[in-house]
Amino acid sequence: MTNQQIAEDIVAKFGENSHSFEEPWGLLTLTTNRQNIISLLEYLKQHEIFRFNFLTDLTGIHLPDNKGAEFGVIYHLHSLENNVRIRIKVFLSQDDIHIPTAITIWPTANWMERETFDFFGILFDGHPNLIRILNIEEMDYFPMRKEYALEDATREDKIDALFGR
Amino acid sequence: MEDIIIPKNTSDALALNRPIVEDTEFTTLNLGPTHPATHGIFQNILKMDGEKIVSGEQTIGYIHRAFEKIAERRPFYQITTLTDRMNYCSSPINNMGWHMTVEKLLGVTVPKRAEYIRVIMMELARISDHIICNSILGVDTGAYSGFLYVFQEREKIYEIYEEMCGARLTTNMGRIGGMERDLSPTAIAKIKDLIYNSLPKAWAEFEKLFNRNRIFVDRIVNVGPITGERALEYGFTGPNLRAAGIDYDVRVMEPYSSYQDFEFDIPVGHNGDTYDRFMVRNQEVWESIKIIRQALENLPEGPFYANENHYYLPPKHDVYKNMEALIYHFKIVMGEIDAPSGEIYHAVEGGNGELGFYLVSDGGRAPYRLHFRRPSFIYYQAYPEMCKGVSISDAIVILSSLNVIAGELDA
Repeated sequence: MTNQQIAEDIVAKFGENSHSFEEPWGLLTLTTNRQNIISLLEYLKQHEIFRFNFLTDLTGIHLPDNKGAEFGVIYHLHSLENNVRIRIKVFLSQDDIHIPTAITIWPTANWMERETFDFFGILFDGHPNLIRILNIEEMDYFPMRKEYALEDATREDKIDALFGR
Repeated sequence: MEDIIIPKNTSDALALNRPIVEDTEFTTLNLGPTHPATHGIFQNILKMDGEKIVSGEQTIGYIHRAFEKIAERRPFYQITTLTDRMNYCSSPINNMGWHMTVEKLLGVTVPKRAEYIRVIMMELARISDHIICNSILGVDTGAYSGFLYVFQEREKIYEIYEEMCGARLTTNMGRIGGMERDLSPTAIAKIKDLIYNSLPKAWAEFEKLFNRNRIFVDRIVNVGPITGERALEYGFTGPNLRAAGIDYDVRVMEPYSSYQDFEFDIPVGHNGDTYDRFMVRNQEVWESIKIIRQALENLPEGPFYANENHYYLPPKHDVYKNMEALIYHFKIVMGEIDAPSGEIYHAVEGGNGELGFYLVSDGGRAPYRLHFRRPSFIYYQAYPEMCKGVSISDAIVILSSLNVIAGELDA
């Protein structure tokens, strides 16, 4: 079972709804949309050969320059039987930042989605308890978004003349 | 006729297989945030029906330190100190996992000797992690003496850390590209003394004290069982998953740092209860000793760091004499070296399970996005389900056997 086979199978089933296939460091990566994400996850979990039965990780990313698709949700699945991993991405616009929850497939998605909501403000539709998990509840912003920049420890603003440059 | 018997409490309800009636009086009990039995700062609001737990609600995040955010402004080598503070019972594993993630991104090949030293350090860390978990489980059930016996061995492991890197708890051990120093003769002597003399003796004694101890076994057998299927759905990894009968170990499935060179077994349990978790950890200590012995006996000769000037600090005596070395030293310390762009997921087998690093680099000096897959954070959400219907004393034991580390939980 190679990445090629998995990719071909997904394309045969989902067609244009799965795109941007990549293989960074041997890990099959693909992008889908939020209409198809749950059916894709379910399909991969129930597939009789692939059996991606383990949700390793679910997290978010903020790409403010990526207009129209500023937020990403990234799923890492693992097929324990075949020892193959796959990474699935869904990109969302910041004006409509909704994605269906994956709790129906894996209960473990519960806290992972709460964490993603807590830090990025991504709304998981159908989540039974979408509240903050690590930050205080009174917080009124989403700290991992790129507009909240930290002080630059690498000091790009230092005066070059003082350093002979 | 069936409706005559109305269950009034959880045990009745369990016996009758019916829901509890609404008008039962419940007690709310706060287990934590600072409770000696939680071994860390996190809260469980338990709804109690007498001695039995009806439901639990977890509150976490008390020691959240925003590592993922801080990491977005730090050069790669400075993030190692953040990983120390996640699972502080086995920080070298976190350190090495992070170094390996960055090395994968940079395409650095680490010499065999460095990999073997890393394996030794990681397995020592695993032993110290399991020592803490299992001996504290003894303390939580009222057996204090075992804890005192084996903590002396943990102290010896910490002395080895000191010998290797100068620190004990937050080790910051190793560098991107290898180790910061070679195994010194003192370190080798200390490791040999530990794994050939004192630890096997102490651990055999510990097992003798607990494994078939009637009082202890009665307290933990069949307490908090979880099936393999449920454990997978809840994202369990590490000893807790293996106790449920699923032999998933990152060291075997995706060998890193030359783990394929060593011969060791993966102990698995059957019921996934507290006893199985305890026994799996016990056995893993023996397997770790086996790995360290093999690594020490077959320790390859050669350099202990990769010849990678851009990332590995040059030797100090060169810095004072050699222009090139001075430049690289300055550039590395000031964090002025750009990493290639890429997207990486790298996992290592931590003390509690699969510790993953999801790193997105945009070609800058710091990661664009770094996410830690923290095993305790993921499996701790199963806790209310595991302690439903058990007594408060069993709930403490389940919590202890899950080995939830607050630093890792909250990151």
